[in-house]
Amino acid sequence: MDSEFALVDLLYKMADDQLILGHRNSEWTGIGPLLEEDIAFSSMAQDKLGHSLALYQLLHELGEADPDTLAFMRNANQFHCCHLVELPIGDYAFSLMRHFLFDNAELLRFEALTQSTYEPLAKVAVKLKSELKYHVLHANTLIRQLGTATPESTERLQKALEEAWPYALGIFEESIYEEQIISSKLFIGEVKLKQDWLAKIETILGQTNLKVPIPNTLTPALGGRMGQHTPYLQALLNEMTEVYNIDPNAEW
Amino acid sequence: MTTPEQIWTWLEEVKDPEIPVLSLVDLGVITKVEITNEELVNIVLTPTFAGCPAMAYMKKAVEDTLQEHGVSEYTVTLNFDEPWNSNKISEKGRKALQQFGLAPPPTYNLILDLDILEQAICPYCQSTDTTLRTPFGPTLCRSMHYCRNCHQLFEQFKPV
Repeated sequence: MDSEFALVDLLYKMADDQLILGHRNSEWTGIGPLLEEDIAFSSMAQDKLGHSLALYQLLHELGEADPDTLAFMRNANQFHCCHLVELPIGDYAFSLMRHFLFDNAELLRFEALTQSTYEPLAKVAVKLKSELKYHVLHANTLIRQLGTATPESTERLQKALEEAWPYALGIFEESIYEEQIISSKLFIGEVKLKQDWLAKIETILGQTNLKVPIPNTLTPALGGRMGQHTPYLQALLNEMTEVYNIDPNAEW
Repeated sequence: MTTPEQIWTWLEEVKDPEIPVLSLVDLGVITKVEITNEELVNIVLTPTFAGCPAMAYMKKAVEDTLQEHGVSEYTVTLNFDEPWNSNKISEKGRKALQQFGLAPPPTYNLILDLDILEQAICPYCQSTDTTLRTPFGPTLCRSMHYCRNCHQLFEQFKPV
């Protein structure tokens, strides 16, 4: 029974991360700095919403509400996303940096989950992993290019890196079920994931003029996994559900 | 009596809504066609991309096709049990894509890297002197490339 709580907790945080970052990425539609980046963020938004749907579907199969209800009928304090995904899009440097930090963690997460003992999740992970490779390829290519381009591009990315870093550490906030998650081999656990992620991030940033913040000097932004959020999340949820709240019977 | 073989033939007529030359069978999204002892038809589809909005349309098109052929007892489900990858597109499907002006995905060992993405053959002049512009195109399944030989921008059904 406990391991089912652990599984549900794990699925909620991953699904909520995907849904919220998907919505944030979609805010670039129509205002990207280049047409190709506008399309890239829009495509990744669409992928992430698809990924959240696949994960909410797994939750539904475990007895939770249906995906639409889970996505659109909860308040901020019922969400388990990390603070990083809730933050406004900021400038392009910030959105690119968030995408780089988050998607590298996400790809490692789903690669590990292909070995999950919960078979339905392992199957979904095989699929999502293949799509996430494109997100990571996009992020790493642009970080390498812009992180070695001009003093302005380097400076703006460095500023974004320092802003995003404490929030990125919050991706790895541990669940109260962490021990069960690891011992039942549902997942490798957040500590291991964070180690793998740091190594990956340091390798890519090492190929640029950007400097990795020293991990221990910045306090991670925690609480998101436990339902404590920045005010940005409820504001975003209000926007996502605006039409429904005006007219619950509206048909499209 | 309906047979699974018949159903596969019917499904040859159902095309991808965004690529009308490519049947669902050649796209490789149908993973199971089964008829139970109770004459119930079960069809399973697997999404090309988890966020592909055309999958709901494809599911509906399969249901409509079954009804048109007089099948009233059926289930059509979407799942990830046999995840789709671009190697599942048939030879016939690849030729159809090429004629449609959309470069077919290269077959590969399912370990995706930049080299594979950059291996696009121009569908207009067949040149291999092409370059990847962006892995994100007008739909989730297409990447954008440029042909240095005929100076055309073209799309590829991207490998996943």
